[in-house]
Amino acid sequence: MSVRPLTAAQLGLVSCEACQLLERPASATEPGFCRRCGELLEFRRHGSIETTWALVLAAAICYIPANALPVLNTTSLGSTEGDTILGGVIFLYTSGSWPLALVVLVASVMIPLGKIAALIYLLITVQRRSTMSNDERTRLYRMVVFIGRWSMLDVFADTFTVALVQLQPLMSVEPGPGVLFFAAVVVLTMLAAEAFDPRLIWDSANPHQVRHA
Amino acid sequence: MALALAVTAVIAYVLANVFPLMDLSVVGRTAATTISGGAYAMWEQGERITGVIVAFCGVLAPGGYILFMLTLLLAVRRDPPPAWAGEMLRWVRHFEIWSMLEVMMLGILVSLIKIAELATVDAGIGMYAFGALVILCPAIMLCFDEEELWQKIQWADGERPPVTGGAASSSPLTRPFK
Repeated sequence: MSVRPLTAAQLGLVSCEACQLLERPASATEPGFCRRCGELLEFRRHGSIETTWALVLAAAICYIPANALPVLNTTSLGSTEGDTILGGVIFLYTSGSWPLALVVLVASVMIPLGKIAALIYLLITVQRRSTMSNDERTRLYRMVVFIGRWSMLDVFADTFTVALVQLQPLMSVEPGPGVLFFAAVVVLTMLAAEAFDPRLIWDSANPHQVRHA
Repeated sequence: MALALAVTAVIAYVLANVFPLMDLSVVGRTAATTISGGAYAMWEQGERITGVIVAFCGVLAPGGYILFMLTLLLAVRRDPPPAWAGEMLRWVRHFEIWSMLEVMMLGILVSLIKIAELATVDAGIGMYAFGALVILCPAIMLCFDEEELWQKIQWADGERPPVTGGAASSSPLTRPFK
């Protein structure tokens, strides 16, 4: 590994995040706006690491009540029963649809946890200026962005269960407090992934310096 | 092609939101819901924030995406395209991330299987339209060449796009910069 690739920022170039136009802004401190689409240009997203940390930690905190509290309360003939997310997975498994149980388990339990872990890993490696496996880390980031939305699955499933099963006085389903925390985990991790700037991964190899032509 | 898909998507979107997705019947009682009805049920039951999130990801974001796409595709048929086309194209990607139709489809399936234990569930017109919409949205994305559109639009700084020729224009380094 003798060749050290330069980053665009080191050459004083910045690519617009909205339209991908590669530009050479006049000022390094204030790159201004994209000449083509008018988006604010940034060599690196402003306050990326701090914002991402804040959002990831908030998501990690919400993850606990999201799994511990019931997402659905079922009232049938006077007795009320709470169902957590894991309880819903077990219900699907025992009622014979194990492929769906697996989908819900992956989407609702494993993906949010994996996302939080992946973002923390990316943040720590960036802050420690790691130069190891940059390609893999970039790919990991893309996966986090791509897969994140699927955790919303359970929120939608609960919503339509609540909307449909309103058969008073026989049976009714109400949302539990867990569903809010769960939706919060999904939204917070999505925002965290958007706040993180993957270009930071490549900065450690060459310390961030803007050179001007 | 993308324009035809966008027009179809608008129709499917309206149908999917107007007609009930499914009817549930158990011992003579029936219940039906639409997409926004689901979000409204959450709001009514006290989970207001969750209701808003569901409404945004399930109704507003997909609607905004389809509407913006249709307007854009119509706008770029004019030469030169209107000045606001670039601004609009810049905003489309935000709708794209938060539009979760395919996730909602799977969510509805999960809730149906849970409910099927205790009641009879019939799919309504809304469900078929919704199914079509789930296919149409990624189809628009596939047919829609963002880079080609960016080449056409008027620049934010008031200049006309500089002419970049042939296949080389797709390489980032041959794109113009000062």
